[in-house]
Amino acid sequence: MTAYAIRRLLQAIVVMLVVAFVAFSLFQYVGDPVQLMLGQFATPVDRIRLTHELGLDRPFYVQYYHFLVNAVHGQFGVSLRIGKPVSVLLAERLPATLELSLCAAIFALVVGIPAGVYTGLKPNSWLARTMLSLSLLGVSLPTFLIGILLILVFAVKLNWLPAFGRGTVVHLGGWTTGLLTKSGLVSLIMPTITLGLFQLTLIMRLVRSEMLEVLRTDYIKFARARGLTDRAINFGHALKNTLVPVITITGLQLGSIIAFSIITEQVFQWPGMGLLFIQAVSYVDIPVMAAYLCLIAVVFVTINLIVDLLYYVVDPRLRVDRPGGAGH
Amino acid sequence: MTDVRPVHPNPLPARGERGPSGGLRPPHPNPLPARGEREPRVSETGDGRPLLDVRHLRIEFPTRRGVLTAVDDVTFAIAPGEVLGVVGESGAGKSLTGAAIIGLLEPPGRIAGGEILLDGARIDHLPHDEMRRIRGRRIGAIFQDPLASLDPLYSIGSQLIETIRTHLPMSEAAARTRAVELLQEVGIPAAARRIDHYPHQFSGGMRQRVVIALALAANPRLIIADEPTTALDVSIQAQIITLLRRLCREYGTAVMLITHDMGVIAETADRVAVMYAGRIVEIGPVADVIRAPKHPYTIGLMGSIPSVTADRERLVQIDGSMPRLTAIPSGCPFHPRCNRVFDRCLNERPELFDAGTSRAACWLHAPLP
Repeated sequence: MTAYAIRRLLQAIVVMLVVAFVAFSLFQYVGDPVQLMLGQFATPVDRIRLTHELGLDRPFYVQYYHFLVNAVHGQFGVSLRIGKPVSVLLAERLPATLELSLCAAIFALVVGIPAGVYTGLKPNSWLARTMLSLSLLGVSLPTFLIGILLILVFAVKLNWLPAFGRGTVVHLGGWTTGLLTKSGLVSLIMPTITLGLFQLTLIMRLVRSEMLEVLRTDYIKFARARGLTDRAINFGHALKNTLVPVITITGLQLGSIIAFSIITEQVFQWPGMGLLFIQAVSYVDIPVMAAYLCLIAVVFVTINLIVDLLYYVVDPRLRVDRPGGAGH
Repeated sequence: MTDVRPVHPNPLPARGERGPSGGLRPPHPNPLPARGEREPRVSETGDGRPLLDVRHLRIEFPTRRGVLTAVDDVTFAIAPGEVLGVVGESGAGKSLTGAAIIGLLEPPGRIAGGEILLDGARIDHLPHDEMRRIRGRRIGAIFQDPLASLDPLYSIGSQLIETIRTHLPMSEAAARTRAVELLQEVGIPAAARRIDHYPHQFSGGMRQRVVIALALAANPRLIIADEPTTALDVSIQAQIITLLRRLCREYGTAVMLITHDMGVIAETADRVAVMYAGRIVEIGPVADVIRAPKHPYTIGLMGSIPSVTADRERLVQIDGSMPRLTAIPSGCPFHPRCNRVFDRCLNERPELFDAGTSRAACWLHAPLP
């Protein structure tokens, strides 16, 4: 277990170094921060002075090294647009995005897995057919359209839910949460559905097809012949065997929920990192972009690491370093 | 008297060992159906009732182009402790018959006629949960591929304990003790340690032993073994068959042994049923059927088995192949391939007629009018 975990951790570090290099390269090739900061009326002397102050005249590996050291300490410099440290900006925005993403992921899993199991077990029932047809909608409708439709129906026409924002938030130390107030929770509903719907349908269809596959296997047939209860067969044996691919996809999707909450945040004017990133892109606010890139990479790598460790827990065939190996 | 002999290549029992009408001594006195009756009835076996009684079983598959009959009018009985071999080519309906008995026919296949009785009570069309209680507890099953029969995510111990506790009121600890005993019974070395291992840590032969232990876990009185050795190495096949036979003798468990391997049947079975195109064409004591087959199909089947000792010039081959379900010939389904076909075979379907100690579905053995 430890060797396996260490191996995965080393791989994760390599991935992070590569991503950090890409983020660092942004500074080299995208736009010219010196010109951006000084404006068009700066003298050449000003340019040289600022270039030196920013350390941009040093060789790139030295710069990369400093970038890494700062990044590890959470320092990505100062936002060119807002003038505040990027770390502060992100820290302000992170809770909003994380709460939204987490709610969306839980929504997708809690509805998606049971729906997938049901449609897999009773593929011919009308309910399963209806869910499958609806899931096609979920997969094919673009996120922003769903969000706008929801706003139109529930905020504009029915006036049940707020159309934008996070509602009232509570400050807990450095963390702002919308989970503790009624308006915060109500505000979460539509963005959560919008962000989670695609993942939900994806998970449901994946679980369904995996269930259908597993239910055809000999060990399920043999489990039936052993007289096990339907519950033990469907959940103890069939569902557990669908978990490896489901964990893989779910893990990756969770990453993309966080990374691509951009659109949902834009639609609902959700004060999260995605909104910050969109604004940074339009302004070529490179420190923010670089920090966002690194942060998302950390999220993906962490999730992948967790997924790998979960494989290990679920599937005994991966525990190769266990004593007692091949028998007979 | 029937200890380890090689399964292949000579399935014939040694001559002179048994009288012409004696056959292999079955563990129970007389599992043969009573003569001259339309309904085969196993008389004189304990309380006189067969353990399993299948009557006129018919299995159909509704398809877009009409209903296919995969098993038609199959009738046989198994006495307590008896081993009935069921042979036939792929698609003859052997496995479907087995699946129908344990209530695991894959839809759209369905039992369209006949009845299945276990201990005198009907078990076809039982409610789902009642049938589930019978599976594993009263009828065990072993399938072809031991590599695929075990859930890869659970240790063999937890699968055994799960099966035992599903059927028997036992504590976790007691079930574990029983699981270790079962593993010892089926010849898993160091069972107490191996019980916590996962299926992928066992070889094919060892896994089939585990499967047998699972089938025997709740001590059922009948085991349906569907090609239990086909996926195994020849050297291991003999071990598994010997083990199965020994355990069933010890526990008094009856076996329906489905295979296409006459050698395995000759080694193991008391009686044999030969299936062709969804019907039983011949059924009788295994020694008699092997030595003196009555139905032309069985004769061809026996002739096609290679033998080291018999000085046959060449193997007999049955021309043609078994008909598809969509085109089962009228009359006797074997008639297009039969070398002794005559008028009656073309249009009238033969039922099982008495032919010596066996019964054969062939007009050649029809009683004279």
